Amino acid sequence: METIAYFLLLAGAIFCAYRATVSKRILSSTLYLACISALISVVIFMLGATQVAVMELSVGAGLVTVLMVYALSVVGEDALDPASVIPKPLALGLIGAVTILLGWMVYPAIQVTIATGDVDLASVLWQSRVLDVWIQIVLIFSGVMGVLGLLSERTPVQTEEVHK
Amino acid sequence: MNFTPLNIILIGIAGLLGVGFYGLLITRNLIKVVMMLQILIKAVVLALVFAGKLSGNLGLGQSAAATVIVADTIVAVVGLALAVQVRRRFGTLDVPKISTLKG
Repeated sequence: METIAYFLLLAGAIFCAYRATVSKRILSSTLYLACISALISVVIFMLGATQVAVMELSVGAGLVTVLMVYALSVVGEDALDPASVIPKPLALGLIGAVTILLGWMVYPAIQVTIATGDVDLASVLWQSRVLDVWIQIVLIFSGVMGVLGLLSERTPVQTEEVHK
Repeated sequence: MNFTPLNIILIGIAGLLGVGFYGLLITRNLIKVVMMLQILIKAVVLALVFAGKLSGNLGLGQSAAATVIVADTIVAVVGLALAVQVRRRFGTLDVPKISTLKG
């Protein structure tokens, strides 16, 4: 039962990712991206990482989607994806080869049995990975500056005319 | 190869990475480039949690995934702000048209 659930969730995520990639309208791609976030967060929840699942659902399917829709509303009629420069068969072959190579390299790593023993996220984050917390704070300030850039309107430069 | 949950998750991660890289290669719109990066990072978040689960240290995997989610959100915000400003300045979001570097 668990295997079927993982299969359906991940197949849905890959299908949504493909539709987000090939869709011509970027608003549709945004909605498919939100679906990917929701499906991935369920998978993460089933793996036992509940805090990260909630974070992924709220940030990935919520905040990022709202920002994307806002950016599309600002950009307006230019929200269409033109045809690609690289031939699609070449891109498909290249990505297929890379994906198979990656799977071949990683596959031996999952032959091990799942180790037991768990540490609380809060203790890891506030004791072992304090530097990560500080980096996240700096990144959030960068994000605030990015939002200000997103919301800012360019004011026309007032040029002074030289009267002779 | 039997289809255990671990194998299926691994295939899912590889599939999401493949679709994300494919999208990065074929897309020309600047906003869609940001979206493809989001797909790639979702695969990476899943891989980090999966690695934490496999190694028996799920807390460490979760903390790394949380850091990646924050960085991913900032990348999206800054990328979208850049796209909006590029649209205002150049009038287009087509990446080949806005590349002004001459080599």
